[in-house]
Amino acid sequence: MGARRVRTREIEVQGARQLELSPWVAAVAPVAAILAVPIVAVLSSLAHPRLEVWEHLWQTQLGELVTNTLFLLAGVGATTLVLGTGLAWLVVGFRFPGRAVFEWALMLPLAVPAYVIGFAFLGLFDYAGPVQSALRRELGEWARLPDIRSYGGIVAVMTLVFYPYVYLLARDAFRQQGAATLETARSLGHTRFQVLWKVMLPMARPSLVAGVSLAMMEALADFGTVATFGYRTLTEAIYRVWLGMFERDAAVQLASVLLLFAALLLALERALRGRARFVQSHRRGPGITPVALSGWRAGAATLACAVVLAAAFVLPVGQLLVWAREADVGSHLPFGRLLANTLVLASLAATITGVLALVLVYAARLHPSTTVRAVTRFVSMGYALPGSVIAVGVLGPVAVLDHFLVSGLERLLGHPLGLVLTGSIAALVYAYVVRFLAVGYQTLDASLGKIPGTFDDAARSLGTSVLGTLRRVHLPLVRGGLLTALILVFVETMKEMPATLLLRPFGFDTLAVGVWELTAESLWEDASVPALAIVAAGLLPVFLAIRWSQRPR
Amino acid sequence: MRLILVVFLLVLITALPAASITSASDAVVAYSARHYGHEAAFDAFTRRTGIPVKIFNGNTGELFERLKAEGDRTPADVLFTVDAGNLWNAARAGLLSRVDSPELQANVPAHLRDPEQRWVGLTVRARTIVYSTQRVKPAELSTYGALGEPRWKGRLCLRTSGYIYNQSLLATMIKRHGEPRTEEIVRGWVANQPILINGDTKILEAIAAGQCDVGLANHYYLARRLAKDASFPVGIYWANQQTTGTHVNVSGAGVTAHARHRAGAIKFLEYLSSPEAQQMFADLSFEYPANPQASLHPLVARWGKFRHDDINIAAAGEYQAAATRLADRVGYR
Repeated sequence: MGARRVRTREIEVQGARQLELSPWVAAVAPVAAILAVPIVAVLSSLAHPRLEVWEHLWQTQLGELVTNTLFLLAGVGATTLVLGTGLAWLVVGFRFPGRAVFEWALMLPLAVPAYVIGFAFLGLFDYAGPVQSALRRELGEWARLPDIRSYGGIVAVMTLVFYPYVYLLARDAFRQQGAATLETARSLGHTRFQVLWKVMLPMARPSLVAGVSLAMMEALADFGTVATFGYRTLTEAIYRVWLGMFERDAAVQLASVLLLFAALLLALERALRGRARFVQSHRRGPGITPVALSGWRAGAATLACAVVLAAAFVLPVGQLLVWAREADVGSHLPFGRLLANTLVLASLAATITGVLALVLVYAARLHPSTTVRAVTRFVSMGYALPGSVIAVGVLGPVAVLDHFLVSGLERLLGHPLGLVLTGSIAALVYAYVVRFLAVGYQTLDASLGKIPGTFDDAARSLGTSVLGTLRRVHLPLVRGGLLTALILVFVETMKEMPATLLLRPFGFDTLAVGVWELTAESLWEDASVPALAIVAAGLLPVFLAIRWSQRPR
Repeated sequence: MRLILVVFLLVLITALPAASITSASDAVVAYSARHYGHEAAFDAFTRRTGIPVKIFNGNTGELFERLKAEGDRTPADVLFTVDAGNLWNAARAGLLSRVDSPELQANVPAHLRDPEQRWVGLTVRARTIVYSTQRVKPAELSTYGALGEPRWKGRLCLRTSGYIYNQSLLATMIKRHGEPRTEEIVRGWVANQPILINGDTKILEAIAAGQCDVGLANHYYLARRLAKDASFPVGIYWANQQTTGTHVNVSGAGVTAHARHRAGAIKFLEYLSSPEAQQMFADLSFEYPANPQASLHPLVARWGKFRHDDINIAAAGEYQAAATRLADRVGYR
């Protein structure tokens, strides 16, 4: 114990010394500062606690909110871990009918917004929905399914929405593992399952933990689904306090509690990643050779993938298609423009987030000091905050700066002006980056962590610069991880609703805004049309990724 | 590196147009949290006056934040929103300005307006009892409070207490009957173990399917449903006709505190309260016009006249926080 502490202090001292020296850290500092602004803005609300609101919450429901939130996180964490890892192992390790399709199709649920899946499931499995109505017709009035508006129901729905994070990261991790490691383990007389359990899973642990923590943060920030299912969580309470009592400050203070949860999640993640760092000793030749399954095993594998895909994608999208047939307003939306706006925003957000995440991850790799790590982790906490809260956290500081700039300009020009930054694409993309940086960061961090430091040393000793090493050594190796990060952020941005609503420029509507306008009026049939467009647009990066990942290296 | 530069330049270029929307034109800019069934009236206003209208849609709370952040440089001239409580809160936050317009006061009855003239109701929605026409006789129904009678145990569908229209219903009850009596009423509901459903439309469907027999909903959701399917087995019952009248709420608007086109904005609201525009609202959204001179949509007219609770609906805002706390206290989720 004592020895270890001394060692960390040494590392910290080294880190501090490096902090002053490294241009990388100098580059990271301003970026991190800018990204931290909205989160700090949220935290600064704690300076003026609204005690009477807190007292009221404490007396009535705070206990329930915290327990519900913890249960939700635990449930979603456990089920996404099992489902995501299991499916990834199936498609990487085995050959069975339909595998080639499932391998990419299992990402598709990412393109379906959570609020859509939630609504489709409610529509289907509610008492008044087609499934239970049919049961009552066939079996009699007594026939009932367990209520979908329950803990089990919401965990099931969220798992179907969020398992792709774990699936994608696990799949990339398993693919990165060289065949040699497995062959060695096999030659030592281990069965395939033992190899999975003793070698592959431990080696993939950083990726699995990153994927699960993304899913949990997403569940923590979710408002739409929990509200639809009537499940009370901290996030849902933020909205009730904000709009039910018009206690905005108290609502933002509640959001700070979410940050505390996020910090706990990240701490948990560090603990789970463990001190061990697994690196690939070599990445020559092919990855794992999949084993062909036959007979009932092949059938079972196909069935498992098909069931998940049906529940998470085919069913909700089918429901959307049914609704779309009855739509009459949705078809009047200016689709071309909405789609163009959506794609512009998503590409911008994905590119910038990807670059920044790479810079942060890289800085942390070159200078693994506690300070740098802590800063990067703090910055990626935005993901645990609901979109509205991030949006308000961005809006406040941006507007202050904006007023300051504009009043200066007005003095120069001598006539009144409108605001420039508030309600500009820049402010909106800023909010996206703060919200989704964690997605890029976690994905890249998990991916880059598997490249041994000896590669860097070798490259550097041959006279390659830091950037050269990044370009010629690391990027080719983490291409899969980077692609995954870009796709995730792209799709997330497309689905994001509250921040888009609040910060978008005038007349700059996106597909998500179209969905919101119609669902706010309960016009589900009409809302299904733009929702389908989001799903379709979400397929775009998935297909591009497939094309790229199949290109010979 | 080059890529980063290109991206940032792109962002800057795309950011610039946002600045140009404001001061240049003479259009009235409306921030709106109501986004259904008003397009026709807006277009008609532009045709009559030549003043274009630009609409920016958003959620109530978020629009308020944006207005606050934009301060005296906001492009918004008019704020539209649903629910009197929201309008009251916008006024309290200093986002709206007083408008002394004889025309508005003539067109909109006093209980549907802000006593201090900072906002007016433009459309009226009744939140009342809906029931299964197959399993409930209207004679069994009377008041909101009577839904707490033991006979409705397990047969009652409600939306959650966080839903804005329920908050306003409770808030006006507090103003009408005081907190102790309101608490008693809500305790009665809770004792009946209501099935909590999120969505007025879903409540109607649950009643039709037999999951419950009575519920509370805004009238236009049922009107919309019946317009699609006349045989839909759910009826509407005007609550509290023998006592205080059925609870009504509004969607409405006010002129912002820092409006750059104040004159146009006032003209706009005056037009929207005129019988002509009110008729368009009524025809499009099945709501009751705020202006009594406009006639009803035939489907709604079939339900006949009923007595409104004529308490000033500013109460929905005044007692909103109290209503939220009351619901939390008695365990109405």
